[in-house]
Amino acid sequence: MPDREEVRLEGPAPPVAPPEEEGRAAGEEVAAAAERVTLAAAAVRGVGWQERFVVPVLAVVVALAVGALVIVFTSEEPLREWAGFFRDPLEALRASGRVVADAYLALFRGALGSANALSETLLVAIPLVYTGLSVAFGFRAGLFNIGAEGQLTAGAILASAAGFSLTGLPGPLVVGAVVLAGFVGGALWGAVPGLLKAKTGAHEVITTIMLNFVAGFLALYLLQTAFFRRPDRLDPISKPVLEAFPRVFGTGVRLHAGFLVALLVAALVAWVLNRTTVGFEFQAVGANPDAARAAGMSPTRTFVVVMALAGGIAGMGAANQLLGVTPSLTPGFSSGFGFDGIAIALLGRARPAGVVAAALLFGILRNGSRSLQAATQIPVDIVTVITALVILFVAAPSLVRAIFRLRRGAGRPAGLGVGWGP
Amino acid sequence: MRLELRGITKRFPGVLANDHVDLTVEEGEIHALLGENGAGKTTLMNILYGLYRADAGEILIDGRPVQFASPRDAIAAGLGMVHQHFMLIPVFTVTENVVLGVETTGPLGLLDRRRAAGKVREISERYGLEVPPDALVEELPVGVQQRVEIVKALYRNAEVLILDEPTAVLTPQETEELFEVMRSLRAAGKSIIFITHKLKEVLAVADRITVLRRGRVMGTTTPAETSEEELASMMVGRAVELAVERAPAQAAEPVLEVRDLVVLDDRGQVAVDGVSFEVRAGEILAVAGVQGNGQTELVEAITGLRPAVSGSVRILGRELAGASPKQVLRAGVAHVPEDRQRDGLILDFSVADNLVLNTFDVPPFARGIVRDERAVERAAQERVAAFDVRTSSLRAPVATLSGGNQQKVIVARELSRPIRLLVASQPTRGLDVGSVEYIHRRLLEKRDQGVAVLMVSVELDEVLALADRIAVMYRGRIVDVLPAAEATREGVGLLMAGGSLEEAAASA
Repeated sequence: MPDREEVRLEGPAPPVAPPEEEGRAAGEEVAAAAERVTLAAAAVRGVGWQERFVVPVLAVVVALAVGALVIVFTSEEPLREWAGFFRDPLEALRASGRVVADAYLALFRGALGSANALSETLLVAIPLVYTGLSVAFGFRAGLFNIGAEGQLTAGAILASAAGFSLTGLPGPLVVGAVVLAGFVGGALWGAVPGLLKAKTGAHEVITTIMLNFVAGFLALYLLQTAFFRRPDRLDPISKPVLEAFPRVFGTGVRLHAGFLVALLVAALVAWVLNRTTVGFEFQAVGANPDAARAAGMSPTRTFVVVMALAGGIAGMGAANQLLGVTPSLTPGFSSGFGFDGIAIALLGRARPAGVVAAALLFGILRNGSRSLQAATQIPVDIVTVITALVILFVAAPSLVRAIFRLRRGAGRPAGLGVGWGP
Repeated sequence: MRLELRGITKRFPGVLANDHVDLTVEEGEIHALLGENGAGKTTLMNILYGLYRADAGEILIDGRPVQFASPRDAIAAGLGMVHQHFMLIPVFTVTENVVLGVETTGPLGLLDRRRAAGKVREISERYGLEVPPDALVEELPVGVQQRVEIVKALYRNAEVLILDEPTAVLTPQETEELFEVMRSLRAAGKSIIFITHKLKEVLAVADRITVLRRGRVMGTTTPAETSEEELASMMVGRAVELAVERAPAQAAEPVLEVRDLVVLDDRGQVAVDGVSFEVRAGEILAVAGVQGNGQTELVEAITGLRPAVSGSVRILGRELAGASPKQVLRAGVAHVPEDRQRDGLILDFSVADNLVLNTFDVPPFARGIVRDERAVERAAQERVAAFDVRTSSLRAPVATLSGGNQQKVIVARELSRPIRLLVASQPTRGLDVGSVEYIHRRLLEKRDQGVAVLMVSVELDEVLALADRIAVMYRGRIVDVLPAAEATREGVGLLMAGGSLEEAAASA
């Protein structure tokens, strides 16, 4: 939300809350507020631009720095030089610097160095945009959607079925139908935890995690049925989707129109959250369900609707993969997209623009890791380490703040480690 | 023991919570610390009790400087604190609670309950603090629990007792009993720091009074030298009207009719037990009662937040028992909730958004599903001006406002809609004198415009000041409804404690 011009009020109003009130705020009120801040809400609100932008960027910087240390201490050459540190201390540092520079250069060159590299990076990022948006959408309504993985799988089931069975339709219609089927599949899968929470109070973290397994095994089962299975193959793989997104970025690269669709969806999510009454209601319920209810809103309905929409968004990620990368549904269809989505939503501070940026970063790391290994023999796993470090530092903003001696934003607890919420 | 605070200064980011505060408490003195919410009373006491460290200044006991790194040090030096929210373990007995942390043990390290109970009994007899040593704390009334807290402090040999807003949770009778206890402690040479914002109590019991405002000492005086009016203006910094002026009510047709309403609390116990009453247009019906006698559940049932088991709630003749909160508020009911931060506001949302929290989805604030933020901002600007909400910006999170201004945001929101019934629960709880005066005037103004007002309050002064009729609630029932003209402090107080009007008459 853009910062608006401050409205100054006439009269002898003090510029901020009367100071004596704040004195108390430092103690009891913050404590009281902290109790009410749920984990999800903490990812979303009560944070200024610093929390939204500076902290995630610095978290990435710190993660890369710590990653550099890991690289140094797992590479042979610098370790050898460090052993002779007292003989030639400069050489030890030089060797370390060389290894780190080589590694990160290879990483970023592999991810961004050419048109093709960039295309591959974006290709990796698209499904992560969807799952990141899915998780972020839940966060904004106070829901911790761990189920993007399962919702994406459920979307993939319906989308692939639509994609290979709707023969005889014009191409663009099939593409549209696959996207819609992906959305519907994910939405149905997402609505279940929403309903369970609304009716019984079952916590969505538990139910979504469980449904991830159910979706995975359901897909595995369906792939053995005659309806799904490719007749010419023995392994569990579905018939291929007949159509694909057009290659609007040129035929030399694999990037396709689905990238634009993902950006459009991100913009749409931002619009719904920031400009519409339903988005306002979702966020009100997320920030304080009691007050939302007293104001005539319906938290239970919100749980169902938000979970369904979040699931639908994840399901669209599946449609994108079917129409752009892997036309067939396989057991390994989602290579952890849903789980990376959680990290991306956190890193993006649950804001659509932030999610897109975070997904791009993950795309760079994932795609660049291959050339990293090829060029330097550093295992791709270093990227997993760096990703984990990014999440660690994002989840501990006060740690990052301490490292860089940043002042606390609005003086309110914004950490993610506050609790699981109601 | 003589306690002296010299030049205590405490700064929080951006705020000076205590600014060179000097305070001397003599041995055998009841010293009242008076100030609005946020004047720095609690900060000062937390410094004294070793919870905060002062940026500057010193604490002297009998002339010797001391330093407290933690409450443990403060207790060892002879300080005892009774917090507003009791620090007792409900499932332990009185004795167990008292000795917790300083247990007397016999051989083999076993707990010596008998000796402990004996000491508890001895303390309770010496100071007139009646507590049953073997009763479970959860079975005791609030007033007795408070005495347990005092016994706890005395058991640790406290010479100076800090009582933080001790009367907030008590009935008028219990308050009187507490004052007796305080006087007998004084007679035994103990000193008491009595923190409060209630003027009448200060004048009734204190030997000396120190007034804090915005972290500074405004002055120290004695009850003989001062008056309620003077203390109020010292607290607020301007002259305050303590009694609102009011015309007699012009009660018209009934707006709210409640019949045989039964409501359960969160634990499934009957909290509202067959309550019937009505509120007419143009009158204020105040529900008086000690906290926890079913008032909360009654209000929640009327506003649709809690289902009713049986009975009827009619608003303008329309049955609304079991309706959703939205249906109730669309029927013209405004609700100022008891717990404003939980039910009334979304603290992270802006002042503007909170001002339209229940009208955000109707014109002019929305067209279809698209919000019209300019209309929201315009309305917010008007309301902030009309209700004198002090905020730096309409976009500031409402959490950054003071308690009084947060309440004004709720009142502004609720009174800016066309309404027929206003349900106000503890409308001035925890607010400073200035805000209380303001909110009271607004409630009366709505009454005079023909709105039916149902006010629930545990503050007897507030009930007596505003009500046209007073319904006293005790254990889920309305024991009596009195016209305000016939109500006296003593009579209502007795009814609140479960007595009858005959007893009230007898005691008068």
